Amino acid sequence: MGHALRIVLAVGLCLATPISAVEDRFAAERQQMLAEIEATVIDTRRATGRSRLDARVMTAMGTVPRHEFVPEKLHAIAYANRPLPVGHGQTISQPYIVALMTDLLEVDSDAVVLEVGTGSAYQAAVLAELVRNVYTMEIIEPLAIAAQQRLARLGYRNVEVKFGDGYYGWPEKGPFDAIIVTAAVNHVPPPLVAQLRPGGRLVVPVGERFAVQHLLLVHKIDDERIEIRQILPVRFVPLTGGHG
Amino acid sequence: MRRIFFSIAVLSAGVLGYEILLTRLLSIVQWHHFAYMIISLALLGFGASGTFLTFAGQRLARRFNVAFVVNAGLFAVSSFACFLFVQSLPLNLLEISWSADQLRWLALAYLALMLPFFFAANCIALTFVRFPDVLATTYACDLAGASLGCAAVVWMLHVAEPGAALAPVAGAGILAAVVAGIETRWLRWSASALVLGCAGYLLQGAPFALQVSEYKGLAQAKRVAGATVIDSRASPLGLLTVVANPEVPFRHAPGLSIAAPVSIPDQVAIYTDADSATMINRYDGDRRSIAYLDRVSSALPYHLANIDSVLVLGSGAGADVLQAIYHGAGRITAVEMNAQLVAFVRDEYAAFSGNIYRDDRVSVRIGEARDFVTRDRQRYDLVQMTGLDAFGAATSGLHALNENYVLTVEALQGYLDRLRPDGLVAITRWIDLPPRDGIKLFATAVSTLRTRGIDQPGRRLAWVRSWNSHTLVIKNGDLSADQIEALRTFADDRRFDVAFYPGMTRQEANRYNILSVPHFFNAANALLGTEHKAFISNYKFRIAPSSDDRPFHSHFFKWRHFPEMLALRLRGGMGLLELGYVVLIAALIQAIIASVVLIVLPLIWMRHKPGTVSGSAWSRVRVIGYFLPVGLAFLFIEIAFIQIFVRFLGHPVYAVAVMLASFLLFAAVGSQLTAVLRDTIDERRKLVAATGVIAVLCVAYVVMLPMVLAHFAGAGIAWRAGVAVLLVAPLAVAMGMPFPLGLRALRGGSAHLIPWAWAINGCASVVSAVLAIVLAMYFGFTAVILMSVTLYCLAAIMGWRGLGRAPASPQR
Repeated sequence: MGHALRIVLAVGLCLATPISAVEDRFAAERQQMLAEIEATVIDTRRATGRSRLDARVMTAMGTVPRHEFVPEKLHAIAYANRPLPVGHGQTISQPYIVALMTDLLEVDSDAVVLEVGTGSAYQAAVLAELVRNVYTMEIIEPLAIAAQQRLARLGYRNVEVKFGDGYYGWPEKGPFDAIIVTAAVNHVPPPLVAQLRPGGRLVVPVGERFAVQHLLLVHKIDDERIEIRQILPVRFVPLTGGHG
Repeated sequence: MRRIFFSIAVLSAGVLGYEILLTRLLSIVQWHHFAYMIISLALLGFGASGTFLTFAGQRLARRFNVAFVVNAGLFAVSSFACFLFVQSLPLNLLEISWSADQLRWLALAYLALMLPFFFAANCIALTFVRFPDVLATTYACDLAGASLGCAAVVWMLHVAEPGAALAPVAGAGILAAVVAGIETRWLRWSASALVLGCAGYLLQGAPFALQVSEYKGLAQAKRVAGATVIDSRASPLGLLTVVANPEVPFRHAPGLSIAAPVSIPDQVAIYTDADSATMINRYDGDRRSIAYLDRVSSALPYHLANIDSVLVLGSGAGADVLQAIYHGAGRITAVEMNAQLVAFVRDEYAAFSGNIYRDDRVSVRIGEARDFVTRDRQRYDLVQMTGLDAFGAATSGLHALNENYVLTVEALQGYLDRLRPDGLVAITRWIDLPPRDGIKLFATAVSTLRTRGIDQPGRRLAWVRSWNSHTLVIKNGDLSADQIEALRTFADDRRFDVAFYPGMTRQEANRYNILSVPHFFNAANALLGTEHKAFISNYKFRIAPSSDDRPFHSHFFKWRHFPEMLALRLRGGMGLLELGYVVLIAALIQAIIASVVLIVLPLIWMRHKPGTVSGSAWSRVRVIGYFLPVGLAFLFIEIAFIQIFVRFLGHPVYAVAVMLASFLLFAAVGSQLTAVLRDTIDERRKLVAATGVIAVLCVAYVVMLPMVLAHFAGAGIAWRAGVAVLLVAPLAVAMGMPFPLGLRALRGGSAHLIPWAWAINGCASVVSAVLAIVLAMYFGFTAVILMSVTLYCLAAIMGWRGLGRAPASPQR
């Protein structure tokens, strides 16, 4: 009897908790997340060449409800500074990495961006806050369907999700001002570079699912010239004694 | 009461078989280093059994038959059920650095897998307690059975998939119970166990499916639309799974140049243990279809010289062979360890692969690279080795505790010895950032050339890198101006960076794949300069060349930088942590803590339980002082010698099987010898003699073994196996003696300490298995052997007095 009462009480409390209170809690956690991102960016400025991220990127990170993009059982740690599993063997990167990758794309509000590897669509949502259109491709069908529904529910009208092979990009929607490849790749797909507008940037996180090792930034200066930068997202100088 | 011997042997066979099988199963569903950690902790079930029997041993020994049969049956049931339970846990060990939940799941996995070992160990220790007069023979049966189990499970892994082998291994518990019933003439127990076994077999039903981690390569590949598993085959070397995907091609071309794109042919992927994919390329004889193999960094040597004869080490599914064919090589020798992998390419997918493994130009040899190079007498223009399997595992430190004998100074010496004048060795690896693997390889190459008396090693080295792979070329002679020009052209055409060539300027470095600092160029120059030792010492990762004595190429961890890396963990620095090493140390710490608890608990209980204390506190100190070093030293020697002989025998799985079985079998002989010589030689003399033999042989082997093994290196495998067994036999016989001698000394007034001694020995074995690897990483396997000699001497000193007071009751 007592046990049943406790359950009823708990359910009642949950039902009685206003949604605004839940949102407020997440808003506070988002602010905390932004503070951590800012601190890490300052900490890693020598490695990344960025002492602060674009204010628009930070605003987008502070706007997107990250908890909506992770399984419900992970809501409590949705804004923790860590990568999170989203099912089907996929993850979303830790917030600092998401912010840094977004910043490296250097997109303006009129940009058109392609994402390869939608996952739960968190990265797509962050980009959607910043640019005109986001086209995102996912090779795992259940993820693509869930992402599409999630984005629609949250009101992201400028994101289009396509189930399919991202290797050849989405030529009908290109050329793109920026491309982000969150799927694992063993080489940079040449079709994606081809669909990048001159001056455009392509970013790939390199490493295993729960530990990004470095970021690959491909800058297409013009149709002839491509520059690749490998950016270590951490303040760590391996060489000592004047060798570095 | 009648004694039991055969049932002990059967049960021990099952336990060792289970341990080996568990390593295979956990390597498939998780990763092998985690398998290592989980099993090392699970083996503490032996220690826990000793602790438990210290409390309850005498009571259970009075109902020995029931206790034995029930525990053997529980081993059978739990070995099956506990693995299924662990498989059902939401255990994601890649997440372990981020999530406390994962630590809880891990702890649960330990506890679950400890149970089968606990029940089996109860049977053995109870037999010691119940029949103290024949404990040397019991121990001999335990070791001999384990030896048999080792050989049997390796055979089983050849004929069945690992999942299917679990039922027969678990069945050993039932068989042991049945045999025990027959041996003790308690046939109703025997019949009951048989019924239970049959019921269990029927209930088990169809073979269960292995639940592979969703983050492993195979699981990821299977989620992609169109992916189909079309074949699989298993051996002790790994479970091979063949996956085809006609809808979404694999396009596996690590490090492919971003410039002048070329198409990648259709591929079929072969995953080993659900990870590490190697690809069979579709090839119809049209060179243009495989042109991509000229746009990767490993193609460099073909642009530096006219290559006619190539030795491909680790040919896998044949990409390097195809690359050699593309570049017009006339004679290609492909060495691959896994015969099943070769069979896939040569037979099942012969047409798809363009019959490359049947090509007249190609000669395929099944074997291990070092072993082949040692025995081969041919000379080549190029020795090619490409190690680009699972990127995530390779660059996240997961291989940190793998012994790697193909990238040591001695290995590179062997490759250079196989070259014609002006021939090339080319090694291609993944790039990791901050760089450590590549820099260690360069340091190893420099050290190798210096060892060969080359004053200017830099004149023989060329190094290029793409954004994710690098290729180091070592020439058997100085690089010419033409070759340097060809190197620059090769790199420029593909937008690869030249990391080093003799005479290279800083301005030429870091042009296409730009790092914040030209790490590779800087490191190469530092390693070739006079300050190379300081550079190696100051570098934040361990980049000193690896050797056969310390063959841990992927061990880059330095303790003094651990706090910094830990602090950076949440600040984008998770990739800095060397997960394999962290796991190893975590396993060691956990094992030590658990061992201390398991050893100290009975002590506390004995102090407070009236009627259980016998002898002084000093006698208990002597028990610890004797059984702890004996337990540590046995595994130290076993692990170190297995490593040494694995290289000699050339094939890791069969070599481990031969060596482990030999060690256990001859240790069993040693144990039985203590009983046979019971009345002729004083116990203390036997201990001193055994210790003396161990010490002399160990020191002699450390000094002379390299020469002896080199002498027989060219012999056939049967001869080499014979030599290995002969060399191990006297050592193992001596090593099998101290433990039963110690146990026998406890009979009579100290018999209740036998389970405690069993606990100490069990815990020490677990700690030493992990500790031996840690010590070898820092001091080398030679030092581990010498430490074990010291430990045996310490045990002999501690045991001297105790053995002198051993009661004289003849073994029946």
